[in-house]
Amino acid sequence: MGNILEIKNLSVKIPAHGGTVSAVRDVSLELKKGETLAIVGESGCGKSMLCKSIMKLLPERAVIESGQIIVNGTDITGLSDREMTKLRGQLFSYVFQDPLSALDPTMTIGRQIAESILIHQRNLGKEEILARINELLTLVGIKNPEERSRLHSYELSGGMRQRCVLAIVLASNPRILLADEPTTALDVTIQAQILDLLKDIQKKRNMSTVLVSHDMGVVARVADRVAIMYAGKIVETGTAEDIFYSPAHPYTQGLLKSLPINSRGKDVLETIPGMPPSLMRLPKGDAFACRNPKALPIDFIEEPPMFKISDSHFAASWTLDKRYKNSNLE
Amino acid sequence: MQDIIAGVRNLTHEFQLNKKLKIRAIDGLSLDIRRGEILGVVGESGSGKSTLARCMMNIYRPTEGEVFFKNIKCSDRAEYKKHAFELQTKRQIIFQDSASSLNPRMRVIDIIAEPFRINHIVPIRGSIENEARFQLKYTGLDEELLYKYPGELSGGQRQRVAIARALAMEPELLVADEPISAVDVSIQAQLVNLFKHLRNEHGFSIMFIAHDLAMVEFLCDRVAIMYRGRLVELAETKELFANPLHPYTKLLLSCIPIPDPRAERERKHPDFDETEFDTSGCLTEISEGHLLLCGGEKSNNKKGSLAIG
Repeated sequence: MGNILEIKNLSVKIPAHGGTVSAVRDVSLELKKGETLAIVGESGCGKSMLCKSIMKLLPERAVIESGQIIVNGTDITGLSDREMTKLRGQLFSYVFQDPLSALDPTMTIGRQIAESILIHQRNLGKEEILARINELLTLVGIKNPEERSRLHSYELSGGMRQRCVLAIVLASNPRILLADEPTTALDVTIQAQILDLLKDIQKKRNMSTVLVSHDMGVVARVADRVAIMYAGKIVETGTAEDIFYSPAHPYTQGLLKSLPINSRGKDVLETIPGMPPSLMRLPKGDAFACRNPKALPIDFIEEPPMFKISDSHFAASWTLDKRYKNSNLE
Repeated sequence: MQDIIAGVRNLTHEFQLNKKLKIRAIDGLSLDIRRGEILGVVGESGSGKSTLARCMMNIYRPTEGEVFFKNIKCSDRAEYKKHAFELQTKRQIIFQDSASSLNPRMRVIDIIAEPFRINHIVPIRGSIENEARFQLKYTGLDEELLYKYPGELSGGQRQRVAIARALAMEPELLVADEPISAVDVSIQAQLVNLFKHLRNEHGFSIMFIAHDLAMVEFLCDRVAIMYRGRLVELAETKELFANPLHPYTKLLLSCIPIPDPRAERERKHPDFDETEFDTSGCLTEISEGHLLLCGGEKSNNKKGSLAIG
């Protein structure tokens, strides 16, 4: 299969005051060429840490305990900073949540794009760079690129800023785009535009995208496959259809049920009771068990492994175990 | 006519950036909040929602127009001073970012007790501790949080503490400025239920500012749509979602993402390019309770009448 990115049993720990934070726990994922994978989860569940460990931009204290990250067939887990710098940009780029803080307020947009172009192609002449800037700005849907490239970030609207960030990111022709909540800071109308733009560019450039989000609507719009993350672990993966139409893990089911659209006409919203656990003190067994009203006794003792539901759909819930199913039938 | 608890009349608020440049955040806005309703205020960022909330709470002094609460004209200084106690206890605000609206060096109990101390009120439930305990329980928090600092709490817990602090004064009007946008999805639903409970069981009037339209549809009784400092449409939630009239409202509604991959992939978003909508004209009652901004030079403004959906 054409896997551009493979993560195998990755675990990341961060030492902190009063213990270690298990930010990523035994995560295995793959990303195919040209595919959009959405990672969904609550804040603090390790989504961003997972993305950062793919880029190897983890904070210095963080330790990759075990596992492998394989990009395009090469294992990058053990690479040094220097070797990574070369790879970053060529292979992957990162879009941050807040475009205003991602851009430099003292430089014009054009200059920032030029900077990104020059890092990767040093021998370009001035004319060529200008042409490339215009080309990139047109690609991200900015009209009058010549004028706009002379503006500073604070002179642009939120949607325009995120487009500029995309232009900078795309300057290096990345193969994988990691987008960490790219539309959370934007209004709904702008969000719709940016999502369409992301999809469009992805098709044109044949890129693969990892989208981190907690908005199920956004995920439904752009994702081909979805991975649900809870307390540092992937609890369910599947195609968008698998996840939205037949969710198997109780957490996924709870997430979908708590969307207001599914409580229309009712008096209260369905909720998942309780709060997500701290990654520093994880409970024994399934981390979701204490919030799951239908938890089985075994959930409090042993963590469920990934069960296969179909070729594309996996979930970690004891309810999928053969023994549970059999006992249910009786 | 229902009982109106608070509102603004022809409110204008300008921010003076420097000697020459003024920004008009709110432009001649009139709005009523009825007793016992949840009024949703929706709009893009920069449309003046938060400024409106702050004007209502007398945090900002309006440039023009008036703000009233019950029969008190609180935009008037003398009248504000005269009724300061009532105004400061019976209206409460909840901010978006609970991390910065709670003092990090105060324990939860002190945070909840602070309004009592400032207003020299003897807690109804005997001691401040009992009072704080009651409020925590009421907002769905565990009593053991009483002696913790905000930094030790999660986002959802902090937001509940902020709500508990607001409720401690038993307000009649609660202004909530994007109270759920900084918390997690699973916690959002819990907070929305809490707001609904407050309204249903205790008759609070709530002004709920948000940009998540799906939540607004679920929670609010009436919805006001703001655009560039003006109110463009106001109607009962059902009416507004079923029958949006202003092009900006239509655009907003058409952009709500639906959690259904097949339908969502099929759906085309309207093509628009940093559209400018017409904000001239005045609010007119189209049908009962449905107000719409119209009567401007809409026909001349091609961009404004851009066809949607």
